[in-house]
Amino acid sequence: MSGPEVYSNGAPRIGVYVCHCGLNIAGKVDVREVAAFARELPFVVVAREYKFMCADPGQELIREDIRQLNLNRVVVASCSPLLHEATFRRALEQAGQNPFFFQMVNIREQVSWVTKDPRQATEKAKALVAAAVRRVILHEPLQRRRVPVKDRVLVVGGGIAGIHAALTLADAGKRVYLVEREPTIGGHMAMFDKTFPTLDCAACILTPKMSAVASHPNITLWTYSEVIGVEGFVGNFRVRVRRKPRYVIEELCVGCMQCVDACVYKDARFPDEFNMGLGKRKPIYIPFPQATPRVVLIDPETCIRLKTGKCRQTCMGACDRKAIDFEQQERIEEIEVGAIILATGFKAFDPRRIPEYGYGKYPNVYTALEVERLVNAAGPTGGEVRLRDGRVPQRVGIIHCVGSRSKRFNRYCSRVCCMYSLKLAHLIKERTGAEVYNFYIDMRTPGKGYEEFYDRLLHEGVHFIRGRVAEVTDWAITPEEEGKLILRVEDTMIGVVRRIPVDMVVLAVGLEPQPDADAVRRMFNISCGNEGFFLERHPKLAPVSTFTDGIFLAGACQGPKDIPDSVAQAGAAAAEALALIDKGYVELEPNTAYIAEELCSGCKTCIGLCPYRAISFDEARAVAVVNEALCKGCGTCVGACPSGAAQQHLFEDAQIFQEIEGVLAYV
Amino acid sequence: MAYLYFPGCSLKGTSRAYDESLRAVFEALGAPLIELEDWNCCGATTYMSIDERQAFALAARNLALAEGQNPSPANGAELIAPCSACYLVLLKTQKRLATDASLGQRISAALKEEQLCYRGRVRVRHPLDVLVHDIGLQEISRRVRHPLRGMRVACYYGCQIVRPYAPFDNLHRPTTLDDLARALGAEPVDWALRTYCCGGSLTGTLPEVGVRLNYLLLKEAQRRGADCIITVCPLCQFNLEAYQDQIRRRYRDLSSMPVLYFTQLMGLAMGLPPKSLGMQRLMIPLIQPVGAAEKGGIHERA
Amino acid sequence: MATLERHIRYEAELDPSFAREIIASSGSPSLMECIQCGTCSSTCPLSSYMDYTPRRIIAMVREGFKQEVLRSSTIWLCASCYACTVECPKEIPITDIMYALKRYAVREGIHRWRFAIPLMARLFYETVRRNGRLTESWTVLKLYLQTYPLQIPAMVPMGWKLLFRGRFPLLPERIRGRLGLQRVLRAAKE
Repeated sequence: MSGPEVYSNGAPRIGVYVCHCGLNIAGKVDVREVAAFARELPFVVVAREYKFMCADPGQELIREDIRQLNLNRVVVASCSPLLHEATFRRALEQAGQNPFFFQMVNIREQVSWVTKDPRQATEKAKALVAAAVRRVILHEPLQRRRVPVKDRVLVVGGGIAGIHAALTLADAGKRVYLVEREPTIGGHMAMFDKTFPTLDCAACILTPKMSAVASHPNITLWTYSEVIGVEGFVGNFRVRVRRKPRYVIEELCVGCMQCVDACVYKDARFPDEFNMGLGKRKPIYIPFPQATPRVVLIDPETCIRLKTGKCRQTCMGACDRKAIDFEQQERIEEIEVGAIILATGFKAFDPRRIPEYGYGKYPNVYTALEVERLVNAAGPTGGEVRLRDGRVPQRVGIIHCVGSRSKRFNRYCSRVCCMYSLKLAHLIKERTGAEVYNFYIDMRTPGKGYEEFYDRLLHEGVHFIRGRVAEVTDWAITPEEEGKLILRVEDTMIGVVRRIPVDMVVLAVGLEPQPDADAVRRMFNISCGNEGFFLERHPKLAPVSTFTDGIFLAGACQGPKDIPDSVAQAGAAAAEALALIDKGYVELEPNTAYIAEELCSGCKTCIGLCPYRAISFDEARAVAVVNEALCKGCGTCVGACPSGAAQQHLFEDAQIFQEIEGVLAYV
Repeated sequence: MAYLYFPGCSLKGTSRAYDESLRAVFEALGAPLIELEDWNCCGATTYMSIDERQAFALAARNLALAEGQNPSPANGAELIAPCSACYLVLLKTQKRLATDASLGQRISAALKEEQLCYRGRVRVRHPLDVLVHDIGLQEISRRVRHPLRGMRVACYYGCQIVRPYAPFDNLHRPTTLDDLARALGAEPVDWALRTYCCGGSLTGTLPEVGVRLNYLLLKEAQRRGADCIITVCPLCQFNLEAYQDQIRRRYRDLSSMPVLYFTQLMGLAMGLPPKSLGMQRLMIPLIQPVGAAEKGGIHERA
Repeated sequence: MATLERHIRYEAELDPSFAREIIASSGSPSLMECIQCGTCSSTCPLSSYMDYTPRRIIAMVREGFKQEVLRSSTIWLCASCYACTVECPKEIPITDIMYALKRYAVREGIHRWRFAIPLMARLFYETVRRNGRLTESWTVLKLYLQTYPLQIPAMVPMGWKLLFRGRFPLLPERIRGRLGLQRVLRAAKE
C-alpha cells in the first residue's frame, strides 16, 4: 500500500485481537508471536491476545479500545465467522462504531485445527492476519436496510397442520389466508376413523378445528383453490391464487344437499375420490358429511350439463337459494402476505409399483387408506370391514413397510405405518373377530403411549410375525389354502418358514411427497431434499424454516410424521411466522450485490444466473437492477458480469485484492 | 438375419427334441441357425461354485468363438442360447467383462492360450426373445397352420431367463411366452408359478427335494386346468417330464401332464412334421391333438 | 434319558475377517446393510429344507460364524434361482454370496455328510475340464454310483425310456479344442 488514500472515516486506526480459544488455537499457534507481528503492521494501533475473545471480557477489551484509543477498524483472529462474526460486530456497534468496519480471521478451523506443524501454523496465522489488516482498511460504513413486513400470512394446505397453523396465527390476531386444493379442508386426517394411540375418533377431534377455521373472523378460507404464482421476498410476498369453479355460489349454498338428491342420476355412479374409489358419488356432491365449507360442488368431467350442455338441470330446480351457476368461471385472486407456511401434506405410496403384492390383480388386497375408509362409519361400507364380494374376512394379513426401507423404492422409514398398522389390526379385529396377522421387520413405537398401544394389541391376541412377506399369491397347496391369499414368510423369531392363508391383505403403504412437490417448491423458491420432501433449513436446529426467508414448513410435506408431530411443527411454524411479522420489519444484511449503472451494458447475463431471482431489468434505463431484499450475496453475478458492473458490498474487488496481497507478502 | 447357435450340453443329450424343434422352427421362419463350431460347456451353475475366474473363462471362450465366427461381421454377432443356465452364464459373463476391467484383462490373457480374442461384440439372446421381438408375433401368427383352438397351456418360464437381469421381459409378470402361446391360438393359463424354480439339478442330487418342487409345479398347472405345460429350459422340461413317473409315485393326486418345449408347440401350430420336432422323444404324449382332423393325430405312443 | 447339549458361542471361536472375505468374493459390500427382514427366506423355494435360512446365513456371515456357515446345507441347496436377489430391499446379491460360500467351502474341503451336490459339482467340473462338454447320462450315472447306488435299479425304467427315445447319449461329447481349453482354464485359475 502506498500513496495517500481517501479513507471512509479518517486515517485507519486498527485494533487486532488474537484469541487463544483456550487451547484450541493457543495449543498449536503461538498467539503471542502473532499479536507481536500484528503490532508492527501499518495502521495497527493496538494488538492484543486474549484467552476467550467471544466472552464478555473479550468484548469489553474491544469496546474499551475503541473508546480510549479511537479505533476505527477492528480485526479479530479467532474461530469461524459463522459462529461469532455477529457477536464482534455487535461489540463495535455498542462502542459506537459501524459494525462493518470489522474483519474476522479464522485461525482455528482454517489454521490450528488443520495444520500439523506449530511453526507452519503460526506463519499461516500471521499471513492471514496481515491479509485481514490490509482488507479492513478499505471497508465501508455499510448500513443494514430495514424493510417493513406485511402482517398477513398465507397457509398453503388445509390438513391438520395447515389448520393448526392457521388457527394459531388467527388467534394471535393475524389475518390468514388458508388455501386448499381439495373442495374441503381436513386432509388425510379427515379420512381416518380413529387415531392412534388413544383411538380418538378422528372426525370428533378434527371437526371442531375445521369449523373454527370456517367461522374465524381472521381466516379467509379458500378451498378448491391453488397457488399459481409467487413473487417478492420475505415480508412482501405477492401471491396469485386460482379459485377453481365449483359451479355453485359458495356464499349462497347452505349444504342442504337437495340438489344432490334431485340430480338426474338417480344412483351414485362415479368412483368416489374421498372413499379411495371404494364408493360412488354423483356428479354433484359433497366429499363427506363434515366437509368444510359445507358447499356442494359439481364435477365437470361427469356432469351432463357441463359436458354436453343438455340436461334437465333438476339440481337447479331443487335449490331454493339459487346457488347453482353453470356459468361460473375460475377466478384469480392476488394477495400480499408477509410470510408463507407450506403444509401441503403427503401422498401414499402406490403399491402397484410392487407387482409381487398383487394389488390390482387380487381383489382382496387393500391399501391402508382404503381400509381406513372401510372402517369409517361414514365410509362406503358404513364402518363394516368387508371383502369385495361382501363377505366378512376371517383372516387378515397386514404387511408392514410397503414401499419403505427399500433401496428399490424409498430408503427411509415412513414413521407412522407401524402405529397405523397396529390401529387397523385392532379395528379390524374388533369389527370382524378375524384372526389378524401383522408381518413386520421392526416395531417402531416411539411416541407417547405408543409402546403401551403395542402391549394392548399383543394382549388382544393379534399375531405378530417378524418377517417380511415377499409375495402375495393365490397358489394353494393344502385344502385350507384354497380360495385364499397365501403369505409365505419366515417367522424369524420362532425360526421357521410358515404359509399363512388369509382372506384379506392390507398393505401398510409408506408416505411419499406429493407428486407435484418439485413444481411447488420451484414456485415458492425453496428446495427439496433427496427423497423429494421440502427441505428444512437445518435438520436439527431449524426444522420449520427454509433457506428462503419468510417461507416455513409444517407437517408431512417436510417428511413423514404423525398427527402430534404435525401439529407441533405447525405451531412452531406459526410461531416463527409470528415472530417475523410482529417484529414488523426485516433487516437485510448489506453484503448484497449492486450494479454500477455507468458500467452496465444491459447484456442481462446476470439476470438468468441469479439463483434467487433477485435481479431484474429496468427497460427504461436499460440496466440491470438488484433487489437488495432478495439478494443473498452469493457473488454469482459479480463473477459473471463481463463489464465488471456487478459488484458486491463487503466483497469489493479492491478489498479482495488487498487480502490476496496481504497473504502473498507474508507467506 | 443370421443367428449363431449355442446348443449347450443338454440339447445334445436329454433335450435333443429342443434342439430339433428349435432348428426346425427357425428354419421355417427363414432364419436358419448356425451352430457355433467347437463350442464348449458353459459351466452352468457348477463352475461358478468352484472357481469364479475359470467359470468366466469357460463362458468367454464361447463368446470369443462367436465373435470369430460372426456371419455378418458388420454388426455384432447374435448368439442364441436356448438353455436357461447357458443363457444366464453367457449373459452374466458378457456383463462382467464389460464392466470389470481387471477381470477382462485376466480373461483376455487366458483366451490367448488358444489364440482366441473377445472384444465385446457379441449379443447373447434367448430364442424366446428373438422369436417374439425380432421375428414378431404378427409374423408368427401368420405362419400358424393349425391354430391350437384354445388349448389351455401353462407357460413356464423358469427362473433364469427372467432373473436377475430380466433382459427382455417383465421381471415379476413376464408375458412373452404367454403372448406367444396366444399367437398360436392357445389359451395361456393364469397361474402364479410361472417363474417358480424347478430345483435344477436337485432332482438328481437330492431327489426328495427336487421331486417335491416339481410336484408343486405340476399340481398347480393341473389345478388351473392346463392341458400341457410349455417350457424354455431343458432342465425344467426334464424335471417336469422325465421325472413325472417318480413324482406321481410319490404324490398320488397328480394326473399325467404333457410337458413340451415351447418350440415343439410352435412347430405343431405351424404345421411342421412332428418327427422334425422330436415329438416322438416325449415321454408323455400330447393328449389334445393339434390339427388332428387334418392330419389324423400327431402323436405316437411310445 | 436324553442327553443335553450346551449351545453357546464365544467370541474367540468366531472369525472377524470372514465377512470381509465374502464381500470381496461376492463383489458387493451391501450385505453389511442387511436388516434381517427375511424376504429372502420368504421367497426362496428351498428355504423350508435348509438348516439355516438365507437370512440366517447372512447374519452368520456378518458375525463371523464361519464354521457353521460353511457346514450348512443352505449353500448347497441354493438352486441359483435369484428370487432372493431380486426381492431383497437392500439389493444384496444373495445368490452371488451363496456362490462365494460354495467356492470357499470347496477350497477349504468342507462338505457336509458326503453331500451329493458338491460331489456332482466335482464330477461335472472334471468332465468339462477333460472333454470340454458334459455328457449328462454318464455324469449322473457316476453320481448315483457314488451317492445312491441302491437307487440305481429304481432309475432303470427312466433310463430305459430315455434311451429308447434317443435322449440318453452313450458316446461322450468331446470338443476338438480340448487341450486348448485346458490351457485357457489353467491360465484363468484363481
